[in-house]
Amino acid sequence: MSYQGVWTLAEANDGEIKIVSYELLTRGRELADKLRCELASVLICGRIDEKDAEELILRGADRVYLVSSPELEHFVVGSYSNILIDLIERYRPEVILSAATTTGRTLMPHAAVKIKAGLTADCTELDIEEGTGNLLQTRPAIGGNIMATIKTPECRPQMATVRPKSTRPAPRNENRRGRGEIIRIELAPALLDRRVERIGFRKNPGEDINIQGADVVVSGGRGLGKKENFALIRKMAELLHGVVGASRETVDRGWISYPHQVGLSGKTVTPKLYIAVGISGAIQHLAGMKTADIIVAINKDPDAPIFRVADFGIIGDFLEVVPQINQSLAKEGERSEV
Amino acid sequence: MKIIIPIKQVPETSNVKIDEETGTIVREGVESIVNPLDLYAIEAGIQLKEERGAEITVVSMGPPSAEKALKEAIAMGCDDGILISGKEFAGSDTWATSYTISRAVKKLGKFDLILTGERATDGETGQVGPGIASFLDLPVSTYTSRIVEVTEVSIVVERLIEEGYEMLRMPLPALVSVVKEICFPRLPTLRGKQKAKKTELARWNADNMDIERSALGLNGSPTRVVKIETPKVTRSGEVVRVTDEESLADAVERFLTFLRKKGIL
Repeated sequence: MSYQGVWTLAEANDGEIKIVSYELLTRGRELADKLRCELASVLICGRIDEKDAEELILRGADRVYLVSSPELEHFVVGSYSNILIDLIERYRPEVILSAATTTGRTLMPHAAVKIKAGLTADCTELDIEEGTGNLLQTRPAIGGNIMATIKTPECRPQMATVRPKSTRPAPRNENRRGRGEIIRIELAPALLDRRVERIGFRKNPGEDINIQGADVVVSGGRGLGKKENFALIRKMAELLHGVVGASRETVDRGWISYPHQVGLSGKTVTPKLYIAVGISGAIQHLAGMKTADIIVAINKDPDAPIFRVADFGIIGDFLEVVPQINQSLAKEGERSEV
Repeated sequence: MKIIIPIKQVPETSNVKIDEETGTIVREGVESIVNPLDLYAIEAGIQLKEERGAEITVVSMGPPSAEKALKEAIAMGCDDGILISGKEFAGSDTWATSYTISRAVKKLGKFDLILTGERATDGETGQVGPGIASFLDLPVSTYTSRIVEVTEVSIVVERLIEEGYEMLRMPLPALVSVVKEICFPRLPTLRGKQKAKKTELARWNADNMDIERSALGLNGSPTRVVKIETPKVTRSGEVVRVTDEESLADAVERFLTFLRKKGIL
């Protein structure tokens, strides 16, 4: 039996589908249209309302394979991988896309190894090769110094993780209501990996650390001079409804915690807007933010490499510039609320 | 306990040069280093060794020059090293690499823990850690930011995910891939370097491993690189300079106009 169809792996947290799942539908729809095949989403989760699963259909999926059980509330790669492989063996998709999140980047290699599928990490572009119909997967590597295009000529399925925020979420289309099918799959208990037990969870209160999921990231670097000056960065991030990022140096100096770190030893972000304050732009940092839509640099050194990748640059002392910007943004905010 | 740490030798990223004509990486004259993110796995292993006693074996698949990476890990405090090297491994993608390393782990026999870095700074896939765990059917924690507790039979770790930190308990043997937050890697001591110099590395290849030849190297790899391009990084942005109050007001106004034009405000 041949392999057919494009799948996207949706993610849910606490009964809510994550936005990144809809970004995958944008990618999946393009590929499915080119291949003239069906687009399906796989949703493995703890609990979900049928209505919420239907959202995947409204946003482009022709089918949803839904495996939900209280025992799947938290991601355990062994269980999720067993379930995914079981579905792949039953329905044999040609292409599987997952988000390059901590979940996707753990699940996909775990499953790909067992079924000898080709897998490409953290892709920013996907296409179909003319003639062969092979999936062409393009991704930055070596600190963003190169873009490599990779394909899987023989093994099926072809699997790829896709960089979050590298495309827009598929919009909801009310006309699609009733145009897709939700297929509930009973969880076979034998597929559960009961060895791994989640025994706790904590988050830093009042602090959003999901810098990869944000539309706006305002980052501070060594140029801030001291920990306390991150308050200005936080304020700007708040005014722009964004989150706070940071360079490696600031994390190493203990000015801010590691989850905020952007760059080669931190996270790669692709927000709509990235503002770098007091960041010179070492290649390791650029690797983590170069694919942002819009880059703004604020730095007092006119020769800082960050200006070479910036769409808008302000040469000046951040202690003067940032408070002024914050004040103007605050006024702007008041105006829009009226 | 017995700890295995697979590591990779990578080109120093800050010095990477691209051949403008061919779009390939210029390897000559570029220094090779231990993948910086593997140093966190090595340090985490050495800390466990200091706390409760352990024997640490580092394993690397690569060209003969990867010997240097293994020696550096030993100089930091690991006990012995295995170099998997041979033409048959050339061109391995993450599938073939995961397979090869998992066979090396099998050959090593009984162990308690495999520690890996989050990903290598050249390929940047992060796929080999989970891949090894999958081949060996081990419980796994990726993006691990803290080792909370280790006993004879189990490990408790905290992993950094998008929403926060989750704590997992797993039986040993297990595979744990770590992120930078877990520790601060030490530098090799002079004594460590002397010890590394004297340590004889084991050299393995397809002839002395129980391994399926057809699953190795480029032939065993499902993926193929179609092309490599050098992206243009320069953006021709508007740059304004702030020197006094007037230019400050002007810069901020232009910045806000820019954000409005881009649909941010």
